[in-house]
Amino acid sequence: MDEVQSLVQGFVVALSFKNLALMFVGIVLGVIIGVLPGLGGANGVAILLPLTFSMAQAPGGTTSAIILLSCIYWGALFGGAITSILFNIPGEPWSVATTFDGYPLAQQGRAGNALTAAFTSSFVGALIAVIVITFLSPVVARFALEFGPPEFFAVYLLTFCAFVGMSKEPPFKTLASMMLGFALAAVGTDPVTGALRLTFGSTALLSGFDFLVAVIGLFGIGEILLTLEEGLAFKGAKARINLRVVLDTWKELPRYWLTSLRSAAVGCFMGIVPGGATPASFMSYGVARRFSPNGDKFGTGQVEGVVAPETAAHAAGTSALLPMLTLGVPGSPTAAVLLGGLLIWGLQPGPLLFVEQKDFVWGLIASMYLGNIAGLIVVLTCVPLFAAILRIPFSVIAPIIIVICAIGSYTVHNSLFDVWMMVVFGIAGYVFKKLSYPLAPLVLAIVLGDRAEASFRQAMLVSQGDMSVFFSNALVGSLTGLALLLLFWPLLSWLILRVRASASGARKLP
Amino acid sequence: MDGGRGARPAFRQKSAEMAVAAFIFLLGAIVIYDSARLGARWGDDGPQAGYFPFYIGLILCASSAVNLALALLNRRDRDRTFVEVGQLKLVLTVLIPSAIYVGLIGWTGIYVASAVYVAFFMRRLGKYPWWKVAAVSIGNSVAFFLIFEIWFKVPLPKGPVEALLGLD
Repeated sequence: MDEVQSLVQGFVVALSFKNLALMFVGIVLGVIIGVLPGLGGANGVAILLPLTFSMAQAPGGTTSAIILLSCIYWGALFGGAITSILFNIPGEPWSVATTFDGYPLAQQGRAGNALTAAFTSSFVGALIAVIVITFLSPVVARFALEFGPPEFFAVYLLTFCAFVGMSKEPPFKTLASMMLGFALAAVGTDPVTGALRLTFGSTALLSGFDFLVAVIGLFGIGEILLTLEEGLAFKGAKARINLRVVLDTWKELPRYWLTSLRSAAVGCFMGIVPGGATPASFMSYGVARRFSPNGDKFGTGQVEGVVAPETAAHAAGTSALLPMLTLGVPGSPTAAVLLGGLLIWGLQPGPLLFVEQKDFVWGLIASMYLGNIAGLIVVLTCVPLFAAILRIPFSVIAPIIIVICAIGSYTVHNSLFDVWMMVVFGIAGYVFKKLSYPLAPLVLAIVLGDRAEASFRQAMLVSQGDMSVFFSNALVGSLTGLALLLLFWPLLSWLILRVRASASGARKLP
Repeated sequence: MDGGRGARPAFRQKSAEMAVAAFIFLLGAIVIYDSARLGARWGDDGPQAGYFPFYIGLILCASSAVNLALALLNRRDRDRTFVEVGQLKLVLTVLIPSAIYVGLIGWTGIYVASAVYVAFFMRRLGKYPWWKVAAVSIGNSVAFFLIFEIWFKVPLPKGPVEALLGLD
C-alpha cells in the first residue's frame, strides 16, 4: 500500500499550522466567491493566483499556494448551493439542477433541511472523488510515464473531442469556440522558432493573451452583464440552521445511499472525462428522477432531488483534478486555472509530478480530505452570514466586483492593456453565453494551446510529417480512435436517430 | 406582446448569430493569412512556425461557415429576440462607465478611479444618499489599498492623488 504511506506523509505536510489556516481562509473566500454573482470558482482562483506568486517562492510554498487555491475551489462548490436554494439563483452553472428541488423546499420553510442535505451530499461526493484520486492517480501517472509526444497529443485530442461529443451546446459552436482559444493561444512568440505570430507589429501582443485575463473577463464581466439583464433585485428565503435540523436531515439522508452512490459515480466519470460538473449534475438529477420511487414528485421539493445533483457536481469538480495532476490535462475550467498556476510556479503537471514532487502532490491530496471537512463545518455553521452577503444590493456589489476583476487582471502582468482585454473578453463572454457558445473549451484551449502544439510538432518531427504516427501502436491508436469517435458522436447519434425514425415510420405503413 | 418600449427587440437572435459567426470567420481568415505569411509548410528543420495555427485557422473558418449557414437556414430564430432595448440600455449603462473606468485607471491610478466608479454606480443605479455613496466608495478603495499595497505588497497603478498624499 504505497498510496497509504504517501498519503500519511501528505497529511504531515497538510497538517502544519500555516496550511490549516490557509485552508480555512481559502474555504471562506471560496464560499463568498461562490455566493457572489459574477465571481465563480474559475475566475475567483484566477484573480487570486497572482497573489500567490511570492508565496510560492518560499520553500514548500507551492504546496501552501495550491492548498489555498484548491480550497477556494471547494468553497466555491459549496457556495453555489446556498444561492440556488435560498434565492433560486444558481451562483454556479453546476448548481442549476439544485434549484429544481432546493428552492421549493426553501419556500416550504425547509431551507435548513435543503441546505444541510446539499452540503452533506457535496461532502460525500467530494470524499468519494478524493478516494478515487488517491488510489487511481498513481496508477494513471505510472502508466503515463511511458507516454511520448504522440500519446500526449492523442490525450489532448481526446480531451477536446470529448467537448464536441459530450457538450449540450451545438457541436460546431463548440468547435468554433475551441479553435478560437487555440488561435488566441498561438498569439505571440512561437516557443520553438521564436517567430512572431499574429502580433501584427503590436508590442502589447508580444507576450500573447493570458488565460487568466480571459477567464476573468469571460466568466466575471460577462456574468455581471448577464445578471444585469435579468434585473437588479434579489429576493431570498430566510435560512437558519440549528443542530436539530442538521441531525434530523442526517437521519433522513442514509435512505438515499443508492442515489448518492450513483450520482458520485456519474460525477467522477464526468469529471475525469472532461464533461465537467454541470452536465454531471443534470445527468444525475435525471437518473435519480427515473430510478427513485418518488420520481414523479421531483421538482416539488424532494430532499433526494437536492442530494443527486450536489453529490455529482462536487464529485465531478473534485475528480477534475485527477487528469490535471496525472496527465496535465484539466477536466474543468477551474482545474485549467489551477494547472496554469502550477506552470507559473515552475511545476510541470503530468506523470513526472508524482515522482519529482511527492510532497506537493500528496500534500494536495491530503488537503482535499481536510479541506472538505473544513468546508462542511464552515458552511453548516455560517450559512446566515453568507446569505447576508447576497442581501447587499446589486448596485453596491456589482461595481466592487468589477473593481476586483480589474485589479485581478492588472496584477497578472502589471499591464493596463490586460485590463482592456478583460473588458473585451467580458463583452465576448456575454455574447457567447447568450448564443450558447460554450466557454469551457475556449478557456481550456487557451491554457493548453502551447502544450498541445508542442507535442503535435514533436510527434511530427519524430515521424517526419507522417500523420500515421497517431495510429502507430495500440495505445496511441486507441486514444486517437476514441477521440475521433467522440468527435463524430453528434453526427453518429443524429444518423442513428434518423435510421430509427425511418424504420418506425416504415413499420407504420401497411 | 406589450411591455412598452423597453421590451422591443434591439437585435434579433438571427442577426446576432450571423454577426458572431461572420466575425469568427474573419478572425479565422486572419489566422490563416498570418500563418501562411510565416510559412505553414514543412521546413528544413521540421514544421514551420505557421504550421499548427494554419490548420487551427482552417477549422475555425470551416466551423463558423457552418454556424453561419445554420443561422441562415434557421427559421425559428427569425422572430426571437437576442436582446431587448431595455436590457441593452441597462447593459450599456454598466459597460460604458466600465470602459471609462479602465481609461481613468491609467490617468488617476486605480484607487481614485475605483472610488469614482463605485460612487457613480451607486448614485446612478442605486440612488443612494451622498453620504452612503462617499462612505462605501472611499472605504472600498482604502480597504483595497491596505490589502494590496500593505498586506500583499502588490503595487497597483497610482496617480497624482497618491503622490500628493505621499503614498507612492
